[in-house]
Formats: sequence, C-alpha cells, structure tokens
Amino acid sequence: MKRGFFSLVGHYLVLCAIGLICIFPFWWTFVTAISTEGNIFAFPPTFWPKAPAFDNFVEAFRVIPIWAFFKNSILITFWTVFWKLLLCSLAAYPLARMRFRGRKLVFGLILATMVMPSEVNFLVNFITVTKLSLVDTYTGVILPNIITAVSILLLKQAFEEVPQDLIDAARVDGADEWTIFWRIVLPLIRPWLATVGILATVEAWNDYIWPFIVMSKPDEFPLSVGVLYLSGTYGSSTRVIAAGTVLTILPMLAVFLSTQRFFMRGMDGAVK
Amino acid sequence: MAALQLKNIVKHYDNGVPVIRGIDLEIADGEFVVFVGPSGCGKSTLLRMIAGLEKITGGELLIDGKLANHVPPAERALAMVFQSYALYPHMSVHENMAFALKLAGRKRAEIDAAVQKAAQILQIEHLLQRKPKDLSGGQRQRVAIGRAIVRKPSVFLFDEPLSNLDASLRVQMRVELSRLHQELKTTMIYVTHDQVEAMTLGDRIVVFNGGHIEQVGSPLELYNRPGNLFVAGFLGSPKMNFLAGEVVSADVEGVELELVGGTVLHAQVDGGALSSGAAVTLGIRAEHVALGTAGAPNSVPAKVGHVEHLGDVCIVYAQVADISEMLALKLAGGTLHKAGDDIAIHLPSEHCHVFDGAGKACSKK
Repeated sequence: MKRGFFSLVGHYLVLCAIGLICIFPFWWTFVTAISTEGNIFAFPPTFWPKAPAFDNFVEAFRVIPIWAFFKNSILITFWTVFWKLLLCSLAAYPLARMRFRGRKLVFGLILATMVMPSEVNFLVNFITVTKLSLVDTYTGVILPNIITAVSILLLKQAFEEVPQDLIDAARVDGADEWTIFWRIVLPLIRPWLATVGILATVEAWNDYIWPFIVMSKPDEFPLSVGVLYLSGTYGSSTRVIAAGTVLTILPMLAVFLSTQRFFMRGMDGAVK
Repeated sequence: MAALQLKNIVKHYDNGVPVIRGIDLEIADGEFVVFVGPSGCGKSTLLRMIAGLEKITGGELLIDGKLANHVPPAERALAMVFQSYALYPHMSVHENMAFALKLAGRKRAEIDAAVQKAAQILQIEHLLQRKPKDLSGGQRQRVAIGRAIVRKPSVFLFDEPLSNLDASLRVQMRVELSRLHQELKTTMIYVTHDQVEAMTLGDRIVVFNGGHIEQVGSPLELYNRPGNLFVAGFLGSPKMNFLAGEVVSADVEGVELELVGGTVLHAQVDGGALSSGAAVTLGIRAEHVALGTAGAPNSVPAKVGHVEHLGDVCIVYAQVADISEMLALKLAGGTLHKAGDDIAIHLPSEHCHVFDGAGKACSKK
C-alpha cells in the first residue's frame, strides 16, 4: 500500500516535471507579452508578469496586419488539412485493405521518406515549385505538405483496425470499393482522421521556413512568417513580438482543446 | 428462392494450403441446410465462397443453374448474417437495414416499407432509431437478420449467428430462426459448430471435417445411421461410446466381436464385408446403454466412476474392466447410483454400431 502510494507520487512528480518543461517556453512568452514593465533581458529573469496589461497586444494589432496574416494562415491550413486527409486516406486504404502486387514495396518506399529531414527536400521542392510556376502562390506552399508518410502510416493503421466483417457485409449489401471506402470505412476511422487532422493543422499553422521560401510578398505571409518578418520592418519591441506570438498560438490551443475528445473515440457496437 | 449446386469445389490459399477439397453438394430450393463440423474444417470458408467473399480455386458453383463462380457478391441475390453481427456502427438500425436497398436505388417509400415489415417480423420496430452500440447482443443479432430480410434474398447465409449469445437467448433465437424459415420459405445455409443447432434447425445436415464432407443427411438419419466414426462421435451429447474389438464372426445378419477384456458382444449390423480377426470399433449411444444383469448376453460388468445429475436425466460414467475409456449411460433422472457402485451394463445388439478399421460404418439392419 505504502509502496503503491510512493510509486504514484513518483509518477506524478515525473509527469509534472515533463509538463513544466513543455509549458515553460509558452509561459515565458506569455509573461513577456503581458508585462509592461521591467527589462526582459535582466538576469536572473523573472517568470511572473510585472504590471500586467494588454497594451502589447493592442500595439501588435496596430503595427502588424495580424488579421490579414490570420486569414492567410487559415487558408493555407484549411487546404493543407483537407488535401492531406483526402489524399493520405486514399493512399492508405489500398495499402491496408487491398491485395495487389508490389504493395509492400510501395509502402516501404513511402516509409523510406521518413528518414529524410524535411529540410533536405527544400531545394528539390523549390525547383519543382518554380518549374510549375507556383512560386508566390498558396498552392506552392500547400503542395509539398499534403502527402506525408506519417499520415499515411497512421491512417493505414486505422484502416487495418476496421473489422473485415463490416467490409464483407457491405460487399454483400452491394457496395463497390468506393462506397465501402467513403460510406463505411471512412466514417469509422473518424477518431484517426481527427488525430491526423489536428496534427496536420498544428503543423501547417506553425510552418515557418517553407512558406518563407515560397512566398515573397509580405501581405501574403501566413501568421507564423508575418509576425517575425514584420517585427524588424516596423521596429516593434520584443514584447510586441511576444504578444504577436501568443496570438499565433491561441487559435491552435483552441483547436486542440475543442477537438481532443476525438482522439479517444472508438468503434463501439461495430462487432461483438 | 434458389437452388444451389456445388460441383467439386476446391479452395487453396495463396501458399498452396488446401482448405476445401472437392465438395459436391446440391441444396434444394427452400431447404434449410446446416454446415456443421469442428473449428477449422472449412465450413465457414465454403459459406464465404458461396457468398462470393472468397475466390473459388476450382470447381463450379451454380445458383439456380447459372454458373456463379465469378459473379460479384451483390449480384448473387444472397444475404449473409455474420457471427460478429457486422452492423455499421455509425448508422442507426433503420439505416443499417436500408443500406442495401439504398445502394440498389430503391425509392424511399419502398425502402421504409421494407424496413418496417422486417422490423415487424423481428419485433424490433422500437429500435429503429437506435445505434448498434445502444443494443444488446440479441437485439443486434435481430437487426443483422433484419438487414438480410429486407433484401428479400434468394438464399440466406448464416455464419455462426448465435455463437455470441448466451444460452437462453440462443434457444430463443433458434426457435425464431425456425419460425422465420417457415414464414419466408427461403433457402437457408447455416454454419455452426454447435450440434444442437444443427440437429434442431436443419432439414439436412452436412458434416464437414478437414475440408471435405463426411456425411449429408437429415438430422435423425445422421444421428441414427452415422456413416463413419467421425460423424458418430461428432453428433450426440454425450458423444457415442466407442469400444475397440476384434471380429469373431460376421455375416449379413450380424457381427460377433470380442472386446479387449475378452467379453463377446453381438451387433445387429450387416457385417458381410468384415472378416474374422479384423479390428473394429463398436459404438453405442449413451441413451441406448441400459443397466443389465451380470452374465446376461451383451452385458458387461462395470464400476460407476462419476454421476452427473441433470434433473430430467442422469449421466452415469462407468468403467468397464480392461477398457481405458469410461462408458456413458443416460438414465432417467433421480438415479441413486453413486461413484464406486458395481453395476452391469447391457448393450442392446439392435442399437450397436460397428465401424471397420477405416472407420466406415457397417450398415444397420
């Protein structure tokens, strides 16, 4: 009993420590953004807001065209997530549920792309995007990000978990392969689609380097690029930049908190 | 309704392992046929081949006289009820039942009427708006059957549909399936490993073993005249008693055989094909074994080993000298025998079966 208690306390201490490490950068940014007094470069630094107020946020809205950036980010994120879910599902379904020659080879090649850091692709992707005349377009920003091995891997796993009997039942009911995919299997993997969608949303929203490479007109920048790029242009203070960064994070927090229930939902009642 | 013909049906998996080894079977229009056999005998695989869910490696499947080997499942006019129910969890009961008709492009009014009628038959009208997760096992099974009914199929295929239900619900559903068959008069093929389901539901039973058919016949035919040792042992609870012996004399009128312990018994079977000295197995069902008198013809002394009181009947397991396996006797309930009692067992010759060295039964007189 005693041993169990100490073990539990130990577990919680470790989890709290990990939580603190994760939260710390966000907290420091938030403290910087909300404080209106004190030197942010002072040592030792202070981790509690001094004279908290929303002045820095007001200033951020004044000096940075946040609403425009926000709209650009939403556009890029929405289409990235939409195409990623559609195309990765379409790629994962046959790999999971169909038997065809070369299936394992195709899957192996997709997995092989995971070993390369994304930065390695920048040059090749930029050449491709240039040749396709997609520089300075959102299509150019979105295109290289809509198919990823991780998403295919996750969705393949999801499709494999759908009971074969359901697919057989649909087949006997007269469903063709597309109907099975669209009306039976895809609705059943909604929790997985939500997971991939949330991860893709965060990734697309926070993407910084690739949009920065492809886009050159500042008014077309997404929020992540715009806030940092324009900080120099408008000579804003670090506190205003921190406020802008907090504003960038907030929508993601909202998305994450409102959709996390989808992570855990199962397939109750499908089969015994 | 439809008749089915299976001509030398063969199934090999990709690795060459054979699972179905040449099945020849004819199923008449409106017949209720039960495929029964131990796990892994190929009965479910054959059902899936009939449904079109498994490729047929060799042979011919004819549905209403038309070759159906390569016909897609939906075009075979069959409906299948799965062991796991296989209800679409994101759809309501109504949507589950209407799905096939929607795909077939039927009008909404027609679909609603068909669903209502099936729901009425199965008494699930009050469940139509629920999702499968909100239903009990028995209700899910009814919905699965309802989904099959609405399509008005020519043949119903049932793949162990009751195996996930508890004992009392299984009995209830068994009765309902029988009623359903009488009402719809549609051809039904039912796969089970439960011999009680096989005996109670089927017009004919097909006993499978190792990918081939051991015997086909009516339930009582198979029970009373099993064609071989496997069928004799598979049907019946407790299973048929088997005693190893050696032929003393045999002719078309009967077989005289000597058990391991030296006891000589007579069986009223056609022993014309047996020769003296041949190794045989004597079989007798528990309900045919009676208490007898020591020294009387066809009687052997035994010691009671274990007694099971089931209320209406009592199963007595008795040890015969020099024979390792216990013999089961089904006696009337309330018997006073207890472990350790000395008894004499009578094996009526008219109820004795004799199986030759290859396990084939000698025909009964």
